[in-house]
Amino acid sequence: MRARNYFVGAAFALLAAGMGHSAVAEDIKIGEINSYSLLPSFTEPYRKGWQLAVEEINASGGINGKKLVVVSKDDGGKPADAQTAANELVSSEGVAMLTGTFLSNIGLAVSDFANQKKVFFLAAEPLTDAVTWAKGNKYTFRLRPSNYMQAAMLVEAASKLPAKRWATIAPNYEYGQSAVAVFKKLMSEKRPDIQWVDEQWPPQGKIDAGPVVQAVAQANPEAILNVTFGPDLVKLVREGNTRGLFKGREVVSFLTGEPEYLDPLKDETPEGWIVTGYPWYSIKTPEHDAFLKAYQAKYNDYPRLGSIVGYQTIKAAAAILTKAGSTDTDKMIAAAEGLSMPSPFGEITFRKIDHQSTLGAFVGKTAQKDGKGVMVDSSYKKGADYLPSDAEVEKLRPKD
Amino acid sequence: MSVAPPLLAVEGLTKSYGGIHAVRGVSFSLRSGEILALIGPNGAGKSTCFDMLNGQNTPDSGHVRLLGEETTGKKPRDIWRMGVGRTFQITATFATMTVRENVQVALISHGKQLFNLWGSAPDVDRAEAGRLLELVGMGGYADRPCGELAYGDLKRLELAVALANDPKLLLMDEPTAGMAPRERVELMRLTAQIAKEKSIGVLFTEHDMDVVFEHADRIIVLNRGTLIAEGSPAEVRGNPQVQAIYLGEGLLYEAGHREGASA
Amino acid sequence: MAFYVVQFLTGLASAASLFLVASGLSIIFGVTRIVNFAHGAFYMIGAYIAFTLTERFSGAFGFWGGVVAAALAVALIGVLVEMVLLRRIYHAPELFQLLGTFGLTLMVEDLVVLIWGPDDLVGRRAPGFKGAVDFFGQNIPSYDLFLIVLGPVVLGILWLLFQRTRWGVLVRAATQDRDMVAALGVNQKWLFTSVFAVGVFLAALGGALQIPRDAVHHAMDLRIIVEVFVVVVIGGLGSIVGAFVAAVLVSELNAFGILIFPKISIILVFLVMAVVLIVRPWGLFGKPEAAARKTPGLTVNPWRPLTSNERLASLAALVIAAMLPLFAGNYALTVGSEIAIFVIFAVSLHFLMSVGGLASFGHAAYFGLGAYGVAFLAKMAGLPMIVCLLLGPLLGCMGAAVFGFFAVQLSGVYFAMLTLAFAQIVWSIAFQWVSVTGGDNGILGVWPASWAASPSHFYWLALGVAALVTIALRIAVFSPFGYALRATRDSVLRSEAVGINAKRIQWTAFVIAGTTAGIGGALFAYLKGSVFPDNLGISLSVDALVMVLLGGVETVSGGVVGAIVYKALNIWLVSQTDLSKLVLGGFIVLIVVVFPKGIVGMLEILAQRRRKSSPPGSSLLAKPIESAE
Repeated sequence: MRARNYFVGAAFALLAAGMGHSAVAEDIKIGEINSYSLLPSFTEPYRKGWQLAVEEINASGGINGKKLVVVSKDDGGKPADAQTAANELVSSEGVAMLTGTFLSNIGLAVSDFANQKKVFFLAAEPLTDAVTWAKGNKYTFRLRPSNYMQAAMLVEAASKLPAKRWATIAPNYEYGQSAVAVFKKLMSEKRPDIQWVDEQWPPQGKIDAGPVVQAVAQANPEAILNVTFGPDLVKLVREGNTRGLFKGREVVSFLTGEPEYLDPLKDETPEGWIVTGYPWYSIKTPEHDAFLKAYQAKYNDYPRLGSIVGYQTIKAAAAILTKAGSTDTDKMIAAAEGLSMPSPFGEITFRKIDHQSTLGAFVGKTAQKDGKGVMVDSSYKKGADYLPSDAEVEKLRPKD
Repeated sequence: MSVAPPLLAVEGLTKSYGGIHAVRGVSFSLRSGEILALIGPNGAGKSTCFDMLNGQNTPDSGHVRLLGEETTGKKPRDIWRMGVGRTFQITATFATMTVRENVQVALISHGKQLFNLWGSAPDVDRAEAGRLLELVGMGGYADRPCGELAYGDLKRLELAVALANDPKLLLMDEPTAGMAPRERVELMRLTAQIAKEKSIGVLFTEHDMDVVFEHADRIIVLNRGTLIAEGSPAEVRGNPQVQAIYLGEGLLYEAGHREGASA
Repeated sequence: MAFYVVQFLTGLASAASLFLVASGLSIIFGVTRIVNFAHGAFYMIGAYIAFTLTERFSGAFGFWGGVVAAALAVALIGVLVEMVLLRRIYHAPELFQLLGTFGLTLMVEDLVVLIWGPDDLVGRRAPGFKGAVDFFGQNIPSYDLFLIVLGPVVLGILWLLFQRTRWGVLVRAATQDRDMVAALGVNQKWLFTSVFAVGVFLAALGGALQIPRDAVHHAMDLRIIVEVFVVVVIGGLGSIVGAFVAAVLVSELNAFGILIFPKISIILVFLVMAVVLIVRPWGLFGKPEAAARKTPGLTVNPWRPLTSNERLASLAALVIAAMLPLFAGNYALTVGSEIAIFVIFAVSLHFLMSVGGLASFGHAAYFGLGAYGVAFLAKMAGLPMIVCLLLGPLLGCMGAAVFGFFAVQLSGVYFAMLTLAFAQIVWSIAFQWVSVTGGDNGILGVWPASWAASPSHFYWLALGVAALVTIALRIAVFSPFGYALRATRDSVLRSEAVGINAKRIQWTAFVIAGTTAGIGGALFAYLKGSVFPDNLGISLSVDALVMVLLGGVETVSGGVVGAIVYKALNIWLVSQTDLSKLVLGGFIVLIVVVFPKGIVGMLEILAQRRRKSSPPGSSLLAKPIESAE
């Protein structure tokens, strides 16, 4: 019996250890959660991005004179663990707001937590439209352009292609499914003459690329929509290149121009895909130059899109806190709604109507340069231009 | 008015594997309180025959009846419920449970308490389990983990377990295999004593002819799947066919006999 | 027509690497009976090392030499692991090795990121096999053709190795009957080490050969390990030919399945595995296992209920736990609730696994079903919390009744794999049936009613239910039913011979365990306010196994202690470090080596030693045995 007491005691000791710290009164704490151990290729640059932002903010006097501190937690890619982390950040660390998350389901889980516990949540990366629309709530804001926005950007280019026979390849989960659904819907509106001849749904992370490529080739589409990313994309591209799937076919692809996914392809990078992404090497604006210089000086590495997301998330959080002049949740919401701020991609605004930021994305074409994948002919698409009308958004979003 | 059926009646039991008759047309019967030995050389079909009695094997044709009730085609557990206890050639016990718990499991099953989720099993039939253990001389071992027992003690435990459902018939497959000669005699003496007291019929297979001739009331002899002799130990010993079969083993038998006699 | 031929050949190419990895796993299991969870990790390290070597050394020799050298290097690592870790735990309770190899896998996942960085790596294409071959207008990658040839070649080499060498004969004999080989005076240590090395070599080779097709990244292991288990089980454990046929079967099903049901590949292999296991439990080419013999040297202390002193102490512990809200903050209370819920989950598996001897690899299915049950009732039917809590677990109960019926027809690792298959099927349904379950975005907004909303109230609720469940299951362990269940675990032969319908007893235990897990899941849904397919996923099932094994599978209290230690440590580590997998994996490996009987098992041994040194007169039996814990 002694044994059991001991372990119960030990467990409590562990718990108590977690409750030990309390915030220094002068600091403002922000809680940050992301899938660090599951998705290091995205989250490492992301972490560097927000660390740079914290450094810059504190160097220029902090938030209304108070020092900004970010407390960061790993969710291991599990929604339940993300909620544990969120709870720790709110209850035990006493953070003013929650930020971060990558996966859509984790974004939704934390958003629901925020709604329940009345905590401000700034979602950084999760793309699902549900975060701001179907399951949107008053406490949740999002930085990155949503699935819908990226689809709309791609459709703008895709609808100009002569291709009529389209096939889709997307990972078999909510992100893939809704990306395809929105793309199809918007595309069919602009081009009623289009036929959808095949769809492939490889399990996320487990694509059996050979058969998928072969099956798509058999349907003989004129154009292909791809939504896979990461290791799945690598396999798809390699098999597609070898089997000649992309020869003579247009390919439109979500996210592929982001350095996280484009760089590993090296000399396998396919030519001429229409993609969304982040061509950091060819953005020539003062805002971006400043960011790039600072980032390279600090890390001796080039930024990925994750760096931008991490950087801007904390910058946005700081802007909201500064304007609110308080860590009161309602005041922060009031401050955030309609708030405009600079970003490396130019000025962005958090819309009052659905709490979506107007951060945009770059659309361009893939190309190879010195055995490396790059985006060429890219142009920045402002997020504000690719959102549905306010009336439609009103219908999509539940009333607070 | 008809005559009461015998305890065990076996009729024309037949089983073949791939065209080879393992057991062919075997018939015999067994009365309450009688101790019947089933013997025969290796491969004679003893085990097949035995397994068809206890339900582990189904005959191609023939009948096994217990007090007139058909048991062929029934599962071992159902045959047990009809009042047949059994022991195994290689002991099968619940190794991680204590000796008493082993017996209690059988008593719980007999009392149809198997799906009782609320009672306190250590208290179920504790006295009865103790009594059974005393009966087989294991009273002092009740709290020992079964896995620690010597082989001879395991055999005695099996006997106690086999007696838990107040059986009418005991089926014992080589009950003394792997035991020292002295233990063999003790175990069979004990078995015979219990069988007579409780009027239990006992059918056992055995290699050791000392055990067979000393304890069996009656012996049946199998060879190549058929029954070739049946009778009292004296009759079977004198049967020329049996002698012919056991000729090769005769020397062994003599040697074993002498050893047993001197013990 | 050409298309179908090419699709078939593509399937064959995928089968080749699957076969390499699966054959290694099969050999290892056949001889050592180790369920090598780390097999995927070796596959991954093989790919990483091959990447490094082929990047550094150019040319054909550099590439092929690099691939082989990588596999050899990993085989060496395998030998090291076998000698340092596994050798110490061959005599530990069954499946304890799973815990050790699981710990290794966790460590490796973090280590490769530390060594090779977070980015996905894309290696070189194989010299001489870069292009494609035209086949009536269809392109077949020449590397695929190479793999198609390689598969049968490796099969042939293995066949020769097993049929024509003394080593092979020994391996086959050991696969058939381990005890016999030991009796023949064969040096088992050497045999096991060499078998492990060969198995790991094959896994690493499979990984290294992926370089020209795949990206090398830190989640490769999980991607392959489950599929490999499926292949090995379908083919028949220990059968190389079976592994080959099953690899081809699975790959072809994939290749052609996507033509008809593009969305089904996620579930197809598990459906096939479930069907195979139900129809032919020992796999296509496996042989029915000889009646299981207990591992020699394995003795379990008899279990006994708590003495009255121990009961008082337990009560005291419970009271202390109930006083947590007096001095702890909200976060600690929420963590406490989570631990209490995992105690429920762990004791439910413990009941099935320790008492019933049935190690489920898919226990999260019933936990998750309970959670989804609550979510459906609360969100769709709008029922109040108390009703949902009472009715939600019934979904777990129903799932356990259906799946358990089939699962208990099997035993040992086949039982484990069938439960895994069922869990994956349930997971796939939750994942795919978006209109009902919300897919991977889950069901949100399942928050507790106001009476249970505050962290302290919810904590008391979770603690109370956990205490009730633990007590109820303890009562069940020492009930007549519990005795019968242990009897079926110890000897099915003997239990049938004393009138016990073993399958029905086990089925009942399965339903009890499933329902209990469902209770945990129901509370979990309210704790988190949401339900996701994760709640029925493999990793949660593995967590449950780890908790039971960590606590001690041969003890009565292993589930409770294992859950508290593992969960508390896990939450704490995840919160404290990004290398939580490395630290947790290291901790598990350490536990495995130092406490091969689990934490409670180790405490029992310590207590016994102490008692032995105590003065004579206090006999072993007169004093309460620690195993009663």
